[in-house]
Amino acid sequence: MSFEPKIIAFLCNWCSYRGADLAGISRMKCAPNVRPIRVMCSGRVEPDFVLKAFEAGADGVLILGCHSGDCHYVEGNYKTIRRIALLKKMLSQLGIEDERLRLEWVSASEGARFVSITNEMTEQVRKLGPFSHRNGGSNG
Amino acid sequence: MAKLKVAFYWAASCGGCEIAQLQIGDKLLKLAEAADIVFWPVAIDVKYKDVEAMPDKSIDACLFNGAIRNSEQEHIAKMLREKSNVMIAYGACAYEGGIPGLANLFNRQMIFDRAYIETESTDNKDKTFPQTSYQVPEGELHLPEFYNTVKTLRQTIDVDYIIPGCPPEEKTTWLALEALIEGKLPPKGTVISHSAKAVCDDCDLKRDVKKITKIYRPFEIIPEPEICLLEQGLLCQGIATRGGCGAPCTQANMPCTGCYGPVEGVIDQGTHFLSALASVIDSNDPEEIQRIVDDVLDPVGTFYRYSLPDSLLRGASIK
Amino acid sequence: MRKITIDPVTRLEGHGKIEIFLNDAGKVANTYFQVPELRGFEKFSEGRPAEDMPQITQRICGVCPEAHHMASTKALDELFHVDPPSPAKKLRELLYSAFYVTDHTTHFYILGGPDFVMGPDAPVAERNILGVIGKVGLELGGAVINARMQNHKIIQMVGGRAVHPVFGLPGGVSKALNEEERKEIEQIARDSVEFAKLSLKVFDDIVLQNKEYVDMIVSDAFTHRTYYMGLVDENNKVNFYDGKVRVVDPEGKEFAKYAPREYLKHVAEHVEPWSYMKFPYLKNVGWKGFADGKDSGVFRVAPLARLNAADGMATPLAQEAYEKMYSTLGGKPVHHTLAMHWARLIELLYAAERLLELSQDPEITSPDIRTIPTAVPDEGVGIVEAPRGTLIHHYVTDERGVIKKANLIVATVNNAAAINMSVKKAAMALIKPGKEITEGLLNRIEMAWRPYDPCFACATHNLPGSSPLPIEIYDSKGKLIKKFPAG
Repeated sequence: MSFEPKIIAFLCNWCSYRGADLAGISRMKCAPNVRPIRVMCSGRVEPDFVLKAFEAGADGVLILGCHSGDCHYVEGNYKTIRRIALLKKMLSQLGIEDERLRLEWVSASEGARFVSITNEMTEQVRKLGPFSHRNGGSNG
Repeated sequence: MAKLKVAFYWAASCGGCEIAQLQIGDKLLKLAEAADIVFWPVAIDVKYKDVEAMPDKSIDACLFNGAIRNSEQEHIAKMLREKSNVMIAYGACAYEGGIPGLANLFNRQMIFDRAYIETESTDNKDKTFPQTSYQVPEGELHLPEFYNTVKTLRQTIDVDYIIPGCPPEEKTTWLALEALIEGKLPPKGTVISHSAKAVCDDCDLKRDVKKITKIYRPFEIIPEPEICLLEQGLLCQGIATRGGCGAPCTQANMPCTGCYGPVEGVIDQGTHFLSALASVIDSNDPEEIQRIVDDVLDPVGTFYRYSLPDSLLRGASIK
Repeated sequence: MRKITIDPVTRLEGHGKIEIFLNDAGKVANTYFQVPELRGFEKFSEGRPAEDMPQITQRICGVCPEAHHMASTKALDELFHVDPPSPAKKLRELLYSAFYVTDHTTHFYILGGPDFVMGPDAPVAERNILGVIGKVGLELGGAVINARMQNHKIIQMVGGRAVHPVFGLPGGVSKALNEEERKEIEQIARDSVEFAKLSLKVFDDIVLQNKEYVDMIVSDAFTHRTYYMGLVDENNKVNFYDGKVRVVDPEGKEFAKYAPREYLKHVAEHVEPWSYMKFPYLKNVGWKGFADGKDSGVFRVAPLARLNAADGMATPLAQEAYEKMYSTLGGKPVHHTLAMHWARLIELLYAAERLLELSQDPEITSPDIRTIPTAVPDEGVGIVEAPRGTLIHHYVTDERGVIKKANLIVATVNNAAAINMSVKKAAMALIKPGKEITEGLLNRIEMAWRPYDPCFACATHNLPGSSPLPIEIYDSKGKLIKKFPAG
């Protein structure tokens, strides 16, 4: 039985969530491993949401926002870039592979792009294996 | 009125909390009037067997500092929990793991290899490591087991109060002790400090809009006096750290390193500061952002200096 | 075999356990001083920016954080190839001298001293600082508390915080002193010199005038003939902050003298499976086990060792006290472990005199306290004398100054072998078949290690049972306004 990664995806209401919807309505075939969580803006995603996702059992975290310049709240997605840049550095120190956290821009009309990112990430994380939580290991 | 019975203990700690407790100076006379200290290895010759003999709940309050690093510390924590009515985590190590918590970036084998084999001055061709049980000609010797992961006191036993700081400043210590002596302890679970807000509230430096285009290391610049250190590009974590300490570090022209723990309501101190820092970086260009972020050389060691064991992930995943 | 356990050892900083094995005849077969703690600083320093090391490594010991802060900051100077301006160095040494006053005071009156002042067999409830104050009087007791508090105030003024200062940087210190602060420090320094002189007198009255104690001090049970190590200045006088490391042999002849960066040629660490603490020894003599003498690489550090390894003290009153000790105890070197308590008080006097000198230095209020490093960092070694012994910080970094390797040889660890030997020798001398093993006897065995490790502070505290020290406070008109205990 091959490992089925659990990927938590934070999708912004105005762009990427609609893009995901479009993929669904268009009946595009998509890996079922992604669990979507809708936020109003990718800038809403606090770094500890990402850590909480891993701590709760996720193997990967995907954050999808609006393209540069298109953010509904003007600058929210720029804050996301800054946060994720710092967070990725922190995660690498914590032994978490770079591919487990991914930030991409997907617009409301990009259903296909949503599907291709989702499928690609699922396979990348499958190759990496389950996320191994430090606290889940034996402390002896 | 009967005197309170108070115990002090230290686990994986440095002793700074004991010195900090004494910084209350002549208020110690007030403590001495109200309480007998029944266990305090640093200063009194009471031994473990004496504590084992004490009845359960016979100690009114135990101030426990230090993180839980090994089996002896876990055992004593559990024993003192049984013997004590009120258990107080004193200082950053008991509260969040403290600086010894940085060891959660590694595991036991890596630490042992460095300490007992790889260090430049160590001469250990036989690759001898300390053993939990070792036979010598005369009999058997025991050492506590060194765990893979540092834990906080709350991750080990039920804790009633927290006194934050590395170490807690004099006024924070006295705030808690006075409450104990007067029988006016706050609701269970309270982090006892004069402030639930950020250190910025304590700090005298002038604050304005923060727009950071470059991050500096403390030895790279001489900061302008009277101006917020974060605004000048130093990684001052006062913005995401509980106050009540009086901001002594920024008064000495050095950035706050976060020793009082997170502000009220925040679970993960490190990501909280990370987020705040990201918010004030003044750039929307991904390449420039990366350049600025590259100057944060050690996110985990800087943002989780005292709190790694208490963070959401508790430490690094090690293959 | 019967096993007697002392767990934990008390009146020190840190954790320890003593196991004593008795054979069937009731004689001591062997003893083991086990240290059950380890935190891993040498590993988790890897990946940290080097400038964070003074604040990280000082959490190795919160009783002597200043020692680590200083050794680390000096290692950073070398690492970044930067020379601090002279006022910065003086500010560092000023803080360091104040720190020595607090720490040595703490040990004599609170940690080791109660054994002498109250007596080794005094009840546990009295054998501590309150008992001491009761015996020496409230005036001296108040002076003890005051000396500690005032010098901690200096540490806070100069270093930012009273415990875990923050001011050390490669190339200098973060904060300058103003004239108002300087004046206050100068007054505290004067008071500290008087206090140190008084402490030596207390030692004379309580210990040296007591034949039983003097016999104990010079007894063979508490004597080891080892090598001695300490930092010395260019005149071979004791210096806590800077200089070269000097080692003398059991006869007092210079055996080695080296700059900090050469330490690896001289010191190595041995590992035993029954303790987390390692056992340093002199590389050029070799590890021969837990043994005395010229052929064994065991050496000692801390007050007595520093005085043995040097040719004298750099300040006049301390020099006088130094000469008195050696003439009383029969010349140099002194091998009697309990004399460490005496040597410590001589160092207290030197620290206070040095503090006064520095507080009066014209450069001490200069604003010129920083040199900005410009070179690429690579490797640095910083050595100071911590109160408990020679302290070495050695860092190797990448080109951005992020730690790749850290090696620390921390003060007391240098005495690890000697501590083990001292406990064994005392146990063998004191435990005799048929003799009852009382709490007091076990405490006398603990007195064999206490002179080595003055790592904790406790200004005053209470005890199980009632306080032996009633305190009465009168107002300026002589009216009694408060009593402890009340009623």
